[in-house]
Amino acid sequence: MADFVITAQAQEKAGNLLINSLIKAGVRTALLIDSAGNVLANCGHEQQHIDIDAISLAALAAASLAATTQIAKLIGEDDFSLLFHKGKHGNIHFGRIGEELILITIFGDDVSLGLVRCRVSELAESIAEIFEG
Amino acid sequence: MALIDLSKKEVHCKVVYYGPGRCGKTTNLLYIYQAMDDSDRGKMLTIDTKGDRTLFFDLLPLNLGKISGLDIRIQLYTVPGQVMYEATRKLVLKGVDGLVYVADPLLVRRERNIEGLDDLRRNLDAHGLDMAKIPLVLQYNKRDLVDTPVPTLSIEELENDLNAELQTEYFEAVATTGIGVFETLKEITKKTVRYVAEKHLLTKV
Repeated sequence: MADFVITAQAQEKAGNLLINSLIKAGVRTALLIDSAGNVLANCGHEQQHIDIDAISLAALAAASLAATTQIAKLIGEDDFSLLFHKGKHGNIHFGRIGEELILITIFGDDVSLGLVRCRVSELAESIAEIFEG
Repeated sequence: MALIDLSKKEVHCKVVYYGPGRCGKTTNLLYIYQAMDDSDRGKMLTIDTKGDRTLFFDLLPLNLGKISGLDIRIQLYTVPGQVMYEATRKLVLKGVDGLVYVADPLLVRRERNIEGLDDLRRNLDAHGLDMAKIPLVLQYNKRDLVDTPVPTLSIEELENDLNAELQTEYFEAVATTGIGVFETLKEITKKTVRYVAEKHLLTKV
């Protein structure tokens, strides 16, 4: 697993993609992390004044998805590519992007899961290109 | 796996406290958390069982000031020490940049200390990391037990069991009262930042 070096240009590109595709569609927060739990890009909550502990969220999400991969292997799957939790006031969706990245989206009932899944899968290729080349 | 964020001028490194169950890994993090100013530490995250044993990991993010204009941010993790949680330890080691191996001085835990180090070597191998190359320091915890009737291991015995091959720095500690805790942290962060800097900042940036 190689170290990540993020340039200002890469961060701006990724941020713009997340804002245009997800935040403008009504998603509250989009957080791009790596599988070691580092935050690569964090959009949305600042504009909406929602306080999110991104460091804890990233560490837990990376660990949760890694645990899910092990569960997948136990039942004969290579991996589960997404994970979704539904809450009373908010929902959270975790999607894998390439080998090393994870895109976390937090959204309310005003946004459909289908739209989020669709947008995340549309974004996957361009985001992987920015960070993984 | 360090994250170097050139847009925010930050370097993020991951340091994992490893060791057998009940050796004091979480106690180290708790002491650091309580001793540091709010401005230099993030929220401490703990996932433990009802018996206060770490189930998944603990996480403590720290800000350690600037080096060459870059903010150094260290995330301290612990692993569950019990033998059966090997898969979890392996997950937490993903992307590790530095390690503290905490050893238990109780004579009855001698085998556990040695097994724990073997387990660490195996799990690092699985991530393609070499224990001889990654920054690593040893901490011989609970040294306050030496003056009690409880049978303990001497420093020579611990060195012989754990450090004969590694030949790395070791620190005597009493994590409950903070003795040796910051000395260990200081050394591992120094080694880790130097390791990351030598790989990237001094050569490429």
